[in-house]
Order: sequence, then C-alpha cells, then structure tokens
Amino acid sequence: MSHHQLDARNLLCPMPVIRTQDAVTKLAPGEVVEVVCTDHGALNDIPAWCRINGHKVIDTRDQGREVIITIEVGQSD
Amino acid sequence: MTQPRKAAALISGGLDSLLAAKLMLDQGIHVEGINFFTGFCVEGHTHAIRSKDKNKPKRNNALWVAETLGIKLHIVDVIEPYKEVVLNPSHGYGANLNPCLDCKGFMVGKALEWIQENGFDFIVTGEVIGQRPMSQRRDTMPVIARESGAGDLLLRPLCARLLPETKPEREGWVDRERLLNLSGRNRKPQIALAKQYGFEDYAQPAGGCCFLTDAAYSKKLADLWENRGEKQYDLDDIMLLKVGRHVRPKPNMKLIVARDDGENNFLSGYKKRFTSLYSVSHKGPLVLLDGEADDADLELAARLVARFGQGRDADAVNISINLNDGSSREMVISPMPVNEIPQEWYV
Ligand code: SF4
Repeated sequence: MSHHQLDARNLLCPMPVIRTQDAVTKLAPGEVVEVVCTDHGALNDIPAWCRINGHKVIDTRDQGREVIITIEVGQSD
Repeated sequence: MTQPRKAAALISGGLDSLLAAKLMLDQGIHVEGINFFTGFCVEGHTHAIRSKDKNKPKRNNALWVAETLGIKLHIVDVIEPYKEVVLNPSHGYGANLNPCLDCKGFMVGKALEWIQENGFDFIVTGEVIGQRPMSQRRDTMPVIARESGAGDLLLRPLCARLLPETKPEREGWVDRERLLNLSGRNRKPQIALAKQYGFEDYAQPAGGCCFLTDAAYSKKLADLWENRGEKQYDLDDIMLLKVGRHVRPKPNMKLIVARDDGENNFLSGYKKRFTSLYSVSHKGPLVLLDGEADDADLELAARLVARFGQGRDADAVNISINLNDGSSREMVISPMPVNEIPQEWYV
C-alpha cells in the first residue's frame, strides 16, 4: 500500500484542509497519507473533514510545533 | 427509483446557510456544501495565532455545519480569482472594503461552474431579502442571479416565496409552498427555526462573513495599497493584516509588532521574506519590517522595537536586525520615548 506525505506546514486553516482534500482526491481508497501541519487548528478541522467525507483518521500526533495527522482514504461513492 | 435532484449549497458557516441547506434536505434533495476560501474569511486563523485565544475551541464553522447536517463539504480555494473582486468591484464597496454584491455574484458564478462540472442540478444560498444593506436587497438579488450566470438555477429557500419562481420550483424538484418568505434584518424567525430543528451552538458572526467588513482591517488594507503605490496583495499580506500591532513611521516602511508569544511564533514564519528585528539585551517582541529601509530608517525602526520591549526605559538597548537578504547585524540604540510616537503612526 502506498504511503504519501503532505507538507502543510506554515499554512493556516483552512489551507491545510484544502491541501488534504486536493491530495486525497488523487488517491485510491485504502491509500494512506500523512499530513504535517503547524496550525494546531488542523487537529480539529482535518478529522472533521474526514468524518464528513468518509475518510478514516488512523492517527494524530501532537509534536509541539508540528502536528501529524494520518488518514486512510475511504471508498468514493 | 428515480435519483434525487442534487443541489450545491453555499455554506458560509453561519445560521442562514445551515437552515437553507436543511430545508432542501427536508425536501429529499441530495445536498452537498461548497465553502469558498477567499483569504479574508473569518475562520480559525486569529484564534490559532493569539495566545490569549488558545483555549477557545478552534472549529471551522463550515465544517461544523456540514457535519451537523450530515452532508459533504467541498472547500474551494479562490484566493487568486477573488483578487479581481476585491481590487475592482464593479458595484463598489460597502461601509468598509467589503465588495459584497460583486462577491456574491462571484461565488454563485463559481458554484455554477462547480455544479456543471459535478453534475448537480441547482444552487442554494442562505440569502434573505433585506438582511444585508448591499447584497441582500430586493433589487440586488436579481443582479446576483444574472451576473453570476446562474439565472433561475439559483434558489434561496429562506425567502423564495417572495421572489420569482426558479427552475427547481417550476419543475417540481422542490415544493415552493414549503419554502419560506423571510425578509428584513430581524433574526428571530431563523433563531426560532434553529430551535425547532434542535440546532444549537451555531456561529453568529457579528458583522459579516469576512474581515473586509471590519473597519480596522479595512483601514490596514487601504494603508497597504496607498503606501505600496499599487492596489495589489498576496495571501501573506492579507494574513499579516490580521496579526500584531501595525505601526507606520514613514510611507516606505511599516512595522508589524507581535503582541504575545503566539504572534511571535506566527511572525517568525515570515523571517525569510521580511527584515525582522528583536531585542537581544531585553525581552521583547519580534517585529517584521515591511518595505525598503535605509540605515537611518533601520535605526528609527530599532528605536521603536526597543520601545515595545521590556527595555523601553533603559538607556541603551541592543537590537538584532536580520535583513531579508540573509545578512544580520546588531545596533545599540536608545528606545524611542512613548510620547514621541505620534498616534497617526498606528495603522
Ligand atoms: S461579507 Fe465578505 S464574504 Fe460576505 S458577501 Fe461581503 S465581501 Fe463577501
């Protein structure tokens, strides 16, 4: 399974969400993408976006300055 | 079974767009939300930046609305094309630099492109006649429908019964009788309806959906255009207008002074693009310098930087100056006395 990384550092919400959305559209169901952000608002917004759009948050890590959110792309309908 | 008709609802995050989308869901329409990010939107940013706001929940209201309704939300980055709307609005500005009428036309136009690309049938907005002085008047609502190109594919469920029939109503996709006839600035009917639906905790932005309705913000934007000598901006510019204290001692240079640790961190992300200054001998804020500064200007800037730090009463303060070309130096100066800073310097 391919594992992708998305650099959304130094972007303020909702830009990290928009970048995640753009990245996820290009991926197939089951693929995994790790999003790195510096805006801690992403810890709320990206999981909310995933719940709404049917993707799964596998892991969220708060590393102080950076937060890393790992997403598994859901089935498209 | 026939497929349900599909509507794209413009979701700002406020109560009206929430209710408009809900009315469509109640009629069995498949609804997905679109939220346009112009760069000026009043969303989490400033909360995310200022330390004092750190414990407030940082939720994105458009996402919250979509989740409450159980619909998908597409956030669309329109930063670039939106510039034309802000820089040259054909219908002019509102009370501040808010080009509401052009803005609405632009957004509905973008939504039209979106429904065409995605096979949706019509567009829904939460507009209410007479709610906003510029864009939501009986005479300007047709302007939005016409100039956006959406025509009768644009349905406003909250006031549709006061407006001419649209295609979704004519074709029987939605029942006009079950749409509303709200008008005016009174928010009570919406609040009652929200209660009826059990919606709580919705956002109620005071002025409007974006920073352009804010007088202090608009003043800073106007100052930027005037002193740069051209009406232009990029995303960094408009983000920075939301942060810090802005002081312009001369037309060619403006200082952006962090007000707390959160802003210090945020501004430090811009050190490559801007000259930055801070005190090394005393505690104090990080300051960005926007503009071109010669040695005399840098000294003036350094004296101001010292004034905003804990060395303000010291005889000498050592300021580190880091130019945006990568070079840096230190300068020992005497802080500028508070009473020597004219009020007009504060933007
Ligand atoms: S308040 Fe801002 S986002 Fe809302 S219509 Fe006016 S210009 Fe557009």
